[in-house]
Amino acid sequence: MNEHVLKIRNLRIESVAGTTLVDGVDLTVARGEVLGLIGESGAGKSTIGLASMGYARAGCRIVGGTIELEGKELRSLGAEGRRDLRGTRIAYVAQSASASFNPAHTIMRQVCEIPVYHGLMTRAQAKAHAIELFRSLGLPEPEKFGEKYPHEVSGGQLQRAMAAMAIAGKPDILVFDEPTTALDVTTQIEVLALIKKIIWEFGTAALYITHDLAVVAQVADRIMVLRGGRTVEMGTCEQILSAPVEDYTRLLVAERDVHHSLVSDALVDAEKTVLEVDRVNAAYGSISILQDVSLTIAKGETLAVVGESGSGKSSLARVIVGLHSATSGSVRFEKKTLDPNCRNRSRTDQQGIQLVHQHPDVSLNPRQTIGNIIGRPARFYGGLSGRALKQKITELLKMVGLPENFAVRKPGTLSGGQKQRVSIARALAANPALIICDEPTSALDPLVAQEILELLVRLQRELGLSYLFITHDLGIVQRLAHRTLVLLKGEVVSIGATREVFSPPMHPYTQKLIESVPAMKTNWLDGVLAARADRTAREEPTAA
Amino acid sequence: MRLFKNVITRMILERVMLGILTLFAVSVLIFAATSILPGDAATAVLGQGATPETVKAYREELGLDRPAIVRYGDWLAGVVQGDLGTSLTTRQPISDSVIPRFENTLFLAGFAALIAVPLAIGLGIIAAINEGRLVDRVANIVSLGAISVPEFFVAYLLILFFAVKLGLFPTLATVFPEMGFFDRLYVTILPVIALIMIVTAHMLRMTRSAVLSVLSQPYIEMAFLKGLRRRSVIMQHALPNAAAPIISVVALNLAYLIVGVVVIEVVFVYPGLGQYMVDAVSKRDLPVVQGCALLFAATFVAVNALADILSVAINPRLRRSRH
Repeated sequence: MNEHVLKIRNLRIESVAGTTLVDGVDLTVARGEVLGLIGESGAGKSTIGLASMGYARAGCRIVGGTIELEGKELRSLGAEGRRDLRGTRIAYVAQSASASFNPAHTIMRQVCEIPVYHGLMTRAQAKAHAIELFRSLGLPEPEKFGEKYPHEVSGGQLQRAMAAMAIAGKPDILVFDEPTTALDVTTQIEVLALIKKIIWEFGTAALYITHDLAVVAQVADRIMVLRGGRTVEMGTCEQILSAPVEDYTRLLVAERDVHHSLVSDALVDAEKTVLEVDRVNAAYGSISILQDVSLTIAKGETLAVVGESGSGKSSLARVIVGLHSATSGSVRFEKKTLDPNCRNRSRTDQQGIQLVHQHPDVSLNPRQTIGNIIGRPARFYGGLSGRALKQKITELLKMVGLPENFAVRKPGTLSGGQKQRVSIARALAANPALIICDEPTSALDPLVAQEILELLVRLQRELGLSYLFITHDLGIVQRLAHRTLVLLKGEVVSIGATREVFSPPMHPYTQKLIESVPAMKTNWLDGVLAARADRTAREEPTAA
Repeated sequence: MRLFKNVITRMILERVMLGILTLFAVSVLIFAATSILPGDAATAVLGQGATPETVKAYREELGLDRPAIVRYGDWLAGVVQGDLGTSLTTRQPISDSVIPRFENTLFLAGFAALIAVPLAIGLGIIAAINEGRLVDRVANIVSLGAISVPEFFVAYLLILFFAVKLGLFPTLATVFPEMGFFDRLYVTILPVIALIMIVTAHMLRMTRSAVLSVLSQPYIEMAFLKGLRRRSVIMQHALPNAAAPIISVVALNLAYLIVGVVVIEVVFVYPGLGQYMVDAVSKRDLPVVQGCALLFAATFVAVNALADILSVAINPRLRRSRH
């Protein structure tokens, strides 16, 4: 019996164009062990995960090294042999359950596919086994659940069904590819608990891929840190978290340090209110999205708006800038009431509030040069042209920490962080008093995000800007925001100084949010789950 | 299951109503278009030399002197009762001569479709499975060639080789009512081959690209990672999701087979509806032209409605909504 389920030696993967994606990576996973792979995008973690199944995406090639699964070398095994092992000895859990289920077939058909296709079970046996799995994973009505189509069940249920699909062939090792990245913190906990349960109950080994060190610390026995396709550091969970050797790992560990606040109250001019939103209501058709939302932002202040997806965070931003008209209530900017519709607002009103979007890829026109993108608002609002405009562009680029020669480049040649800097420069070009940042860092890797946050704080200090900062990342809020507003289903649950909002006594929802943020310690998840079970146990007698 | 029936029945009812509405609009267009044509049946039948008096008398006899709106109302009332009016040239009821010819057209189209549709979809899937390999390239080049050649050219080439040089099949596809089924198949074989060559290429290319466009979906990668063969992935996971575009292109080609065969019918002197209509146009037999046009429009609407209903019926997301 081989003690290693998976053994990868000197793995090299190249793109068809010849760039190296993974360079000389070694790893082993013992029976029942969980190895976490962590790194930023482009680190090669997903490529390694797929390579462990002997699979390379279109455009990639495995060019060197050995991949041994259960003692069989996948690269020399041939296509047919590799396929026999997929699903039966090693199975894959993807990031998005809704995208990984075929919309044309029932869930049962897809969960039974591995055992039936590989001849492990008859269809009847596979069905009985699937119902068993549905039951043990806590799906409602396990006997009937499989008859549903993927669109007929909730996202959380589909996530469970995907787990059932992966373990249906009784594999020895599972590959989890960022299974919680797209989820809210509150949902993330449930999925993490589910993954722990699967690993524990079925005794499978796992390769857990993520960019979030705090998340992987909850499930992994050992962690491997990757960067640019190479191994940076490998060690046990405790060692990586408490005594990282490499600088890069140290940066990753420090990233979640919420006690280190980036802002001080000294620069906030509480006397001078920049924005005042008063009992705003808004709806899409007959569906109400904001109910009596009121807030104020002072000069030099950052107000964070937090809540899970669907809570109305982005709608609030759209109402403030006038892209979506409120049904009642008022928005006052620098003591002047703004028209609900941005088309009826004067140019100076529009100039004062600028927006930085979540995805710089989408919000920057790929056909324009950076100079054009930044120069347009400067020309439109500031009336600059010629040499003055050129000077302004250079100045703006310098302000956001980009070299002068970027003015002639196009967005396609920039990295995600650089693009977001351009977005910020574009907002600054209008010379605004308030910038609304709609999750500006959620599409970025942790360390790049950190740099963007530091840039925003520096600009605030230098220019006296106010920010309305929309995010679902409470770690950012605690470091960045003077005050915080918690939004739940369009209603303000709590608003006040960040420290007060997040210290007891808290609103139950705020408490749930703050508990859901993974901490940089290994036993955090167990603690939260235990505390929850404890609370339910205490509440039940009173309910009965 | 009740829900499934309800959604489908509602959809069918909706489509039928819409179809009738479309046909009504088409009837107005057809009538208006034939009314603004220069000259009318009276001048056409009587010829250039007729005196104004005879033309006037003939017009009154045909009822052409009445206002257009009245004539339209009469015509529509007749159509609703299945009466397409009387041919100006033969003085026979149009319905009597249109129906057998329409049947002939349907026979030709049906024969061609029965071979072309499975052939096109099958080859399209094979091309998709072997993307980039020899089979795929050959299918691509041949189908591109077939699309580029005009249909009458294909028809004359077929006649030249199979009828004139080899003498295997007749040059003219003459059919008559008393003819046996297999004789019919035999004489129509050349026009059917010509039709197949034209429509297969289009459907093949659409099937291939519809299947390939689904392959970038994450659930396809998931199917590969479950250890399925490429063939199984395409047949079981890609094809069901590519069905909607395939169905609509098949419908388009079926409608073309019925409506667009005019050229082929004329080349092979096949007594179908298209040839009849071309004939009527040259004789200025406007009621016949109107009748044929309406029949073609009805076919087009019916085939497309059928395709829409089928697309919904096979899509679980539309068939079974969450509630």
